[in-house]
Amino acid sequence: MTVRRIMGLETEYGISVPGLPNINPMTSSTMVVSAYGQHVVPGSRMHAHWDYDVESPLRDARGFDLSRAEADPSQLTDDDLGMANVILTNGSRLYVDHAHPELSTPEVTSPRDAVLWDRAGVLIMQRAMALASQLPGGPQIVLYKNNTDNKGASYGCHENYLMRRSTPFADIVRFLTPFFVTRQVYAGAGRLGVGQDGRVSAFQLSQRADFFEVEVGLETTLKRPIINTRDEPHADPERFRPLHVIVGDANLSDTATFLKTGTTAVVLAMIEEGFLRGQDWTLARPVAEIHRVSHDTSLGHELELADGRRMTALQLQGELLELARKFCARSDHADPDPQTDELLDEWERALDGLERDPFDLADRIDWVAKLALMEGFRQRDGLAWDSPRLQLIDLQYADVRPDKGLATRLEARGSLRRLFTDDEVVRAVTTPPSDTRAYFRGECMRRYPESVAAASWDSVVFDVPGRDALLRVPTLEPLRGTREHVGSLLDASPDVATLIARLSADAAG
Amino acid sequence: MPSQDRPQQRRVERDEVEDDVVASSETTSADLDADVDSILDEIDSVLEENAEDFVKSFVQKGGQ
Repeated sequence: MTVRRIMGLETEYGISVPGLPNINPMTSSTMVVSAYGQHVVPGSRMHAHWDYDVESPLRDARGFDLSRAEADPSQLTDDDLGMANVILTNGSRLYVDHAHPELSTPEVTSPRDAVLWDRAGVLIMQRAMALASQLPGGPQIVLYKNNTDNKGASYGCHENYLMRRSTPFADIVRFLTPFFVTRQVYAGAGRLGVGQDGRVSAFQLSQRADFFEVEVGLETTLKRPIINTRDEPHADPERFRPLHVIVGDANLSDTATFLKTGTTAVVLAMIEEGFLRGQDWTLARPVAEIHRVSHDTSLGHELELADGRRMTALQLQGELLELARKFCARSDHADPDPQTDELLDEWERALDGLERDPFDLADRIDWVAKLALMEGFRQRDGLAWDSPRLQLIDLQYADVRPDKGLATRLEARGSLRRLFTDDEVVRAVTTPPSDTRAYFRGECMRRYPESVAAASWDSVVFDVPGRDALLRVPTLEPLRGTREHVGSLLDASPDVATLIARLSADAAG
Repeated sequence: MPSQDRPQQRRVERDEVEDDVVASSETTSADLDADVDSILDEIDSVLEENAEDFVKSFVQKGGQ
């Protein structure tokens, strides 16, 4: 039990069409998704549908179902609005959610893989954007991997982690709340603007912090909670509990995504194992603190704990790191895991660097990289914090276009560290992870695109020639459907009828 | 790539990084300024024109 865990990222991208400010964002988002769909499955009958039968977004981890009559229409994500949806050969889902194009990565088993397929998602969005502008009459569309327009709107980069169902939800709330409130010191993407509408011209650590208004809840689009209770495991609900994290920023830096997912995975493992019992960092006022921590670039703010203690975000994270080192070194975790060591070292490096001089981390922490650029311009050109040029740097840092995006430019000149080469990312655009059910989903899309009628995280629905009814193959076990599990079966099945015959024989035998 | 290093190698590399920090403190401030200037010049060359209008026109509908 280390950093290894089933996880995935889903990112809503900001979208704009320069020169056409009044275009309906659902229209432009649909163009982006459809253009890519037509490109990867040319001339298809608009690709496989999403199989909604098994989704339950209104189920709440606290144990009750929210009735549809009580729900805000924006919460009904399983209500098929006929919007564009593409399931990709790398196991991702590219679709339109609300007024944004969104990419959900395939299920992966480690933070490094989360970084790799998240980056593949950025490359997919780059290509989709270019393809949409090549459509007849297609406008130039620009996508941004950020979380706010600085005018009151926010959109998310959600993390999903699978946990054991037996883990008490109260423990999750108790320990994750102070962790999430302080995680932004290294996971924040930086923002110029304070308040949901950015009315105060000051720099803060996080894109998202100001949009969080309650401690625990089911909503994702209004009254956003630090701990989201959506209980939609996309897996056997008797065994698994999902953790749907909506509080994080969309990161551009590979290291930041690695830290964000890796530290969360380790903290979850410690919660599951009961390793944190006896600890208590319960905050007196979590919602106020998530704002204060984000607003304090000096990192000196002391959070007030419910028991009266006060400590900085770095001190609280330092205590978690120290416990994580002990936890990962325990003798019953004998198997050394290089990625866990890498995560712990990177976490320590981040906390040490932030304590000493944050600007030492400009090559790996997004908010520091962004702030360093702004400080450079301020000094050279004498700009005030309300300068439109600094606001443009904030926005353009997240521009997905390779020639325009400032984070991309920093990477190209070696000023922002990357964890993967271009070749590795290009490969992940079309290749699924080999060690989760995303392998089965992605390989079915690659091998039998005409025969996949629908798919979801936990099913693939086939339209088998000669059969009247569609056939659903459930994939409730995230660690089945791997290359090891189904690779030879797929290799031996030149068409979908053979695949189904072999699967049926396996089931009968 | 540092990320592919084994833990032991990483420690070695961290020492090297610390050496680098010492070394860089000995470099002249003019060198450092030159690097910052070159970053700023590059960013200057790709920033959208008319910053104020561009930022104003970036308006999103809310999401999750």
